[in-house]
Amino acid sequence: MSAAISSIEPMTLDALRRKLAERGSKPLWRSLDELAETPEFMEYLHREFPKAASEWQSGTSRRRFLQLMGASLMLAAAQGCTRQESQAIVPYVEAPRDFKPGQVQHFATATSRGGYGLGLMVESHDGRPTKIDGNPRHPYSHGATDVFAQASILNLYDPDRSQTVLNAGRISTWDQWLTELRPALDRVRAARGRGLSLLTGATSSPTLIAQIKDLLQQFPEAKWHIHEPCDLQQHRYGGQTAGQRPLDKLYDLTKAKRILALDADFLGSGPDSLRLTRQYAQRRRDELSSAQMTRLYSAGPAPNCTTAMADHHRPLPAAKVRNVLFRLNQMLSGAEAKWLPSGLAADEQAWVDTVAADLKQHGAESVVIVGDSQPADVHAFARDANRQLGCVGPQGCVRYVASILAAAADGVRPLAELVDDLNGQRVAVLAMLGGNPVYDAPADLDFAAAMKKSSATSIHLSAYDNETSQHCLWHIPALHELESWSDIRALDGTASIMQPLIEPLYGSATKSAHDLLGVLAGEKAPKSAYERVSAHWTQWLKDRQPIANFDVTWATWLQDGVIADSASEAIGADAALKAEPRDEAAPNQDLEKKSPTAKSLEIVFQPDVAVWDGRYANNGWLQELPRPISKLTWGNVAGVAPQLAERLNLQDGDLVTLTLDGRSVEAPVLRMPGHADNCVSVTLGYGRTRAGHVGNGVGFNAYLLRGRENLNSAQGLEIAKTGRKLDLAMTQHHHSLEGHVEWTDNTRPEPVRSGEIADFEKDPHFLQQEFDRHSPPSLLPNFEYSGYAWGMSIDLNSCVGCNACVVACQAENNIPIVGPEQVRNGREMHWLRIDSYYRGDPTSPETFFQPLACQHCEHAPCELVCPVAATTHSPEGLNEMTYNRCVGTRYCSNNCPYKVRRFNFLEYNDATTPVLKLLRNPEVTVRSRGVMEKCTYCVQRISAARIVAKREDRSIHDGEVVTACQAVCPAQAIVFGDLNDPKSAVNQRKASPLNYQLLGELNTLPRTTYMGRLRNPNPDLVALEADRSQAPNATVHPLDPQQLGAG
Amino acid sequence: MDHEPTNQELIDSHREASHTEVSRGAPVLKAGHTFGSVTDQISAIVLSRPTSRGWWLGLAASFVLLMVLNMSIAYLLLRGVGIWGISMPVAWGFAIVNFVWWIGIGHAGTLISAILLLLRQDWRTSINRFAEAMTLLAVACAGLFPLLHMGRPWFFYWLMPYPNTMALWPQFRSPLVWDVFAVSTYASVSLLFWYIGLIPDLGTLRDRATSRAAQVLYGALALGWRGSAMHWHRYRVASLLLAGLCTPLVVSVHTVVSFDFAVAIVPGWHTTIFPPYFVAGAILSGFAMVMTLAIPLRWLYGLQDFITPRHLNNMAKVILCTAMIVGYGYIMEIFLAWYGNNPYDQAVVANRFTGAYREAYWALLFCNIITPQILWFSRVRQSPKLLFLIALIVNVGMWLERFIIVVTSLSQDYIPGNWGMYYPTFWDWATFIGTVGLFFTLFFLFVRFLPMIAIYEMRELVHETSEHHAND
Amino acid sequence: MAQIFHPNTNAISRASIFGALFAVVIAGWLLDSFNRSDYWTEVGVPRAQPVPFSHAHHVGDIGLDCRYCHASVETSAFAGMPATEVCLGCHSQLFNKAAILEPVRASLREQKPLQWNRVHHLKEFAYFNHSIHVAKGVGCSTCHGPVNEMPLMWKQNSLSMQWCLQCHRHPENYVRPKEAVFDMDWQPPADQAEQGRRLVELYHIAKLEPAGAAPQEPRKSASASKAAAAKSSPDDYFEEEQQTGAAPVVKFRDPLTNCSVCHR
Repeated sequence: MSAAISSIEPMTLDALRRKLAERGSKPLWRSLDELAETPEFMEYLHREFPKAASEWQSGTSRRRFLQLMGASLMLAAAQGCTRQESQAIVPYVEAPRDFKPGQVQHFATATSRGGYGLGLMVESHDGRPTKIDGNPRHPYSHGATDVFAQASILNLYDPDRSQTVLNAGRISTWDQWLTELRPALDRVRAARGRGLSLLTGATSSPTLIAQIKDLLQQFPEAKWHIHEPCDLQQHRYGGQTAGQRPLDKLYDLTKAKRILALDADFLGSGPDSLRLTRQYAQRRRDELSSAQMTRLYSAGPAPNCTTAMADHHRPLPAAKVRNVLFRLNQMLSGAEAKWLPSGLAADEQAWVDTVAADLKQHGAESVVIVGDSQPADVHAFARDANRQLGCVGPQGCVRYVASILAAAADGVRPLAELVDDLNGQRVAVLAMLGGNPVYDAPADLDFAAAMKKSSATSIHLSAYDNETSQHCLWHIPALHELESWSDIRALDGTASIMQPLIEPLYGSATKSAHDLLGVLAGEKAPKSAYERVSAHWTQWLKDRQPIANFDVTWATWLQDGVIADSASEAIGADAALKAEPRDEAAPNQDLEKKSPTAKSLEIVFQPDVAVWDGRYANNGWLQELPRPISKLTWGNVAGVAPQLAERLNLQDGDLVTLTLDGRSVEAPVLRMPGHADNCVSVTLGYGRTRAGHVGNGVGFNAYLLRGRENLNSAQGLEIAKTGRKLDLAMTQHHHSLEGHVEWTDNTRPEPVRSGEIADFEKDPHFLQQEFDRHSPPSLLPNFEYSGYAWGMSIDLNSCVGCNACVVACQAENNIPIVGPEQVRNGREMHWLRIDSYYRGDPTSPETFFQPLACQHCEHAPCELVCPVAATTHSPEGLNEMTYNRCVGTRYCSNNCPYKVRRFNFLEYNDATTPVLKLLRNPEVTVRSRGVMEKCTYCVQRISAARIVAKREDRSIHDGEVVTACQAVCPAQAIVFGDLNDPKSAVNQRKASPLNYQLLGELNTLPRTTYMGRLRNPNPDLVALEADRSQAPNATVHPLDPQQLGAG
Repeated sequence: MDHEPTNQELIDSHREASHTEVSRGAPVLKAGHTFGSVTDQISAIVLSRPTSRGWWLGLAASFVLLMVLNMSIAYLLLRGVGIWGISMPVAWGFAIVNFVWWIGIGHAGTLISAILLLLRQDWRTSINRFAEAMTLLAVACAGLFPLLHMGRPWFFYWLMPYPNTMALWPQFRSPLVWDVFAVSTYASVSLLFWYIGLIPDLGTLRDRATSRAAQVLYGALALGWRGSAMHWHRYRVASLLLAGLCTPLVVSVHTVVSFDFAVAIVPGWHTTIFPPYFVAGAILSGFAMVMTLAIPLRWLYGLQDFITPRHLNNMAKVILCTAMIVGYGYIMEIFLAWYGNNPYDQAVVANRFTGAYREAYWALLFCNIITPQILWFSRVRQSPKLLFLIALIVNVGMWLERFIIVVTSLSQDYIPGNWGMYYPTFWDWATFIGTVGLFFTLFFLFVRFLPMIAIYEMRELVHETSEHHAND
Repeated sequence: MAQIFHPNTNAISRASIFGALFAVVIAGWLLDSFNRSDYWTEVGVPRAQPVPFSHAHHVGDIGLDCRYCHASVETSAFAGMPATEVCLGCHSQLFNKAAILEPVRASLREQKPLQWNRVHHLKEFAYFNHSIHVAKGVGCSTCHGPVNEMPLMWKQNSLSMQWCLQCHRHPENYVRPKEAVFDMDWQPPADQAEQGRRLVELYHIAKLEPAGAAPQEPRKSASASKAAAAKSSPDDYFEEEQQTGAAPVVKFRDPLTNCSVCHR
């Protein structure tokens, strides 16, 4: 053992590079540890039974033990027989109109994403919403949704939701609150609203904004503050752009041949990511020629979906984006005379110059995208660049519109001002409509202290009794978006009506912001949210078309989920530039000093891709969602570059103390290939203390480091090792093994097939192998499918690894969560997982995604070995799993080469919490302990479609059956359909020369096939990156002629 | 016919025994025994001799372990198989390892009594009784695991074909179904064989028993055996028939067990060499276990006269031989991986030598291949202590072999994205140790209440040995 | 010394050898027949209801159509149970004072739904859809029996899987003309076998596709032979395996006996 370890060299990047070189032919690798075979890692692998302890802790008391024992035996008995327990059928007293029991209905509504609207189409079973999908008519959904929309259904039924009015933590009532509030309100009214402060999150809801404006008219001296922790363009709320509306950018990537994304994850997050992903993927999939194919450059601090898709990713500290844009503009303008130092290292500058040349060449067909986390002047730089490229305008790749979010222009004041007022005892009544400032306000504001200090009557409307509620005099339980009427506008201004799908689960105590504002406005007879919304839009319609019939239009709006021509006007490029003028002088001082060094590191704050700003912390689906690339679940980490980790001698899971401006937190480290050097990235939204049973105490709270001045990134971070270690729960890399064997890896076929567009043009079939074209003979019988033959195609070129499909599958198929301990054991239950692989240099490798679910093999190895015929082959080629026949020998899983089967090792499904029963999809059996499960191609949807078709005596149309993962995918990477229908979309996909079978050499004949990944690298840049390592790390002097030559 | 040996003969035989080196010529029963003495000495253990403190201690110890087994089974039924270390991708763990290990051990008994009976190997007589008992107990232990390792054990009967309201049959293409038949057949036939073998001795015990209870008990079990010529005739026919039945079973059981792996497409499992190499392994572990039991027994109960050096010598030879076969199996696995040029198989082989579980693999090579080699030396074959040690090592080695087969292949199969590790938990160990407890508890009861050596067969040996002396 | 056993114990011991075998067999048989017994499956056991509603009266005597109360039977998986208002549609006029109907009136008065005791209860993992059965000519009485003669409702059939499969394997023995689906008095004609086969063809039961859409070329990779669509042979899940080219080809017969038809 020890000998074996000592024989292995310690992990250095050079060592890694050497290993890669030895392997030759640039193999795929999964994790740094796998590559390195580090002693720590092996020691970790060889720890004696790490699980034993936990099993002891989870031991049960003797009495409980006996109870359960009896129960489980009874269960055994009950399961064995068919005698029926008595059960009641409860019909309506008066049946609702057009309602058929046991039939699915769909309703269009919308959800809020940091104030911006996203159109939804919600599935309802017998009056209870069970599944959320995108609204095809909505410009920012097109039928797709992100992980949050998928998972928000779980928040609706969350048993931890607050259910009663609380007065200083004691249970109270709504009326109680009204009576006790009245005197305070009267005093405020007497003072023309002085002392009334309103705190909301970012919102674009016309009704809500109108309501607040009315309130402000009533109380001229009242103040309206907005706090949206993860709206990264904080400058909106007061500050330099007061009086003006900040700009929003509307990109159109269908025309973009060259994209430069700077610190921007436009594919992974943001209000328009779904739309952009679709456009990007479409082009990437359809334009398969080096002339037409999109080329994506990206530079930024932390790896994410966008950097993973990029043809060239350049790890770059957030602070240097300004420098890059500065240099870029110089290159584009080409006015060499007044060139100033860009503050970039030589190789960085060379990179920018090459990219600039490429962009310039494509002019209006290229676009620069800058992340919201960048300050206003950087955005101004970007607009300048885009204007110089000539891609601004209705025909171009980007348009500018005035943001529809309530902002300074609407009289919104910054949060800091509220804190001052609180400390200065200038607040009599503080009404917080949602939000959780005590937890997520900038640390240096110390909101909690201010709350304690202030004597104001504080009211907190919130779905959870959270950290802030704790500090408030009154807590009012809030309605879920699916329980109340409201409205919202999308990025481009398109408005949608949000309609309730279910009566408030927790009764009349739960209220909406509209109700609360009504009370504050002192309305005698409070209107219902419905009345307010409909009233607002009646007015809106009257103003535009006086003669229209409101009821009819209203009905159409509700049905479509969007309000026709409600979008806002675009602003011209020059106007846009004026809107937020950039200070020509400003950057030049910044350029030098801003960039991080080994002494003072940079820290980047990002919203978490699973729990966002912390509002989803109590959502188990999201907590257990493997983050893209890192595959981390149940917690957040401090991401660092491998080379930085090497210098600081850090391993994955090492606990470090992060210190910034005297504030510090402890965080586990995770090395991220492709991360910027001298830079640490942390995600917000963790370390909640009052999130609920699921979210409490998971991860660390990065807000504690976040100051008001540097909300998105900061310099001068110190990092210190604590010597302690954390066992991170990861779904893929905990699978890593040391003792990886090079001499076989050259021959082992790679799961992800990828190549370059150039090679593709030479030979379109270059990724295919013999067995992809025609299958070898087999001893097993071939089935002949005279009816439907269901199949799937997954395009690795389109998949951006956003995880939406994983949650969609979980929601559709009643897939349980298992918790971090089980995830560490490798027992996560996701039917659909997304494997990620790297290729190339660890400092900035290429990244690959591969969604993997049951492949539904023709020659399915699992079917042969099941002793009880619980998994069988269907006449339509499905590989079916009959849960109630399964006895749990797990032989099928052993024999599955894809290892896509999931087993209920313990009782994972919560059968006790009543409210969760409402959540489940009634069309899918809830699996008990000891049963195998796996992807079924959403067989319940196939059956439903078949029954309808058979009733109408026709065959199922192409596209009539849509699997959950396919429906949700913004990139349209997944296509499902009938292989016996030559015209079907899936057959079109499979006809592609890129089509290949995973492990086809085993002759399993998978029904799911993949389309290989094509990259479109820039030859100049490839050459440049080849000798990057030798480049001297010196900044460029502007007047150095040879450097100019390089430019 | 049965005459007392003269002193002269006794002396001769003593001299002979002392300086003839242990080989096929050597006696399988220490000379000088009479029918009476044999019967006395063996039946005394059961009937008259006071129960030794060692026996009580041994029983107590193994009973404690048996309780550990009960506890872990209760907790297993309560929580589910998740209490074990199994995961995705390593969905089979200790349960299957132990199953194969115990089944393997369960081979020696029947092999000795059936095949050696047919081959007329007289030296088998004194060990076949408790070897058969060992077989039964081992199979019982083995039988537990396939049940326990199921996710829903209360549905075990779905693996058997019977008319049911679901109108469903088992899926006969699955090796697990074959297992059910193979193991249950083997168990029942072995039981029958063992019991029939017992009947004459039960008769003897009945006649010699002093207490009423014992008389009734043994009497009932003896099924009215009176030792008439007819009885003996029937008896011989029956045991020959059963021996004939058992012989193919010895081979079939472990062949079928090996199919569990060979039929699967998992790299490292999917190989045609498994059946012979499993059977050889089974015999190896079986004899190792017989040795592990025999050496202490003859020492504890002073049975050196009946279990003579020749027995140990022969068993040692069997171990050496089967160890070589197993070794050949290992070599073939490696060769075929290279020759077949299948990257996945090659990866498995490489992974065994260098991977996460390499210590286990090296250890098993040492235990199963290297260690038995010293049995080439007759000195070693004559030293009970050394043999006992070697037997223990081989037992461990064979367990490790099953662990390597089950775990390493699963932990790294086809797609790197889903490789994983297996760590046994406390409950894995508890269940395993527990079955050892079950085994020894029953074995202690066996040696206390039943003749551990076939009395009447020894009598025949007395006959032969005395004749042998009469002739020289 | 005295004999321990009486001589005739020999007989006993002999008997016991076979007796053991018999005991096992008998026990198994008892268990199985108990599992199928009416006591266990509750076939023919009337269920008490809050209101003693008599199908015999409403269907048999008055001749109400099933769909009057079970309205969604043709469109939904669930046949539907009448809302209180449906009952009172008539009973606000007829017997509107009858004590026996008090619970119904109370239900409307207090807006509390009636709670009927379920008679036909399928396990949660078995998915049954009324609409498709009704649409394909499976009559109410085929499964529910002579409802028009049941004063209180009882189970006519065990609803065991085996029972379902009888029809799913041989629909021709049970299907009736669509127009007769709700006819309680319909009796299978003498030539049901013939009629049934005709209807199975006509209604596209037990076939992979309606004749309208002719099946396309079988999938290349999946099938070594280019033979035409499998025609339904009523006997087996598979048709006979036939040796063609590289490997035998299994032709599926019909999807009605396919697991996912009922289990998802």
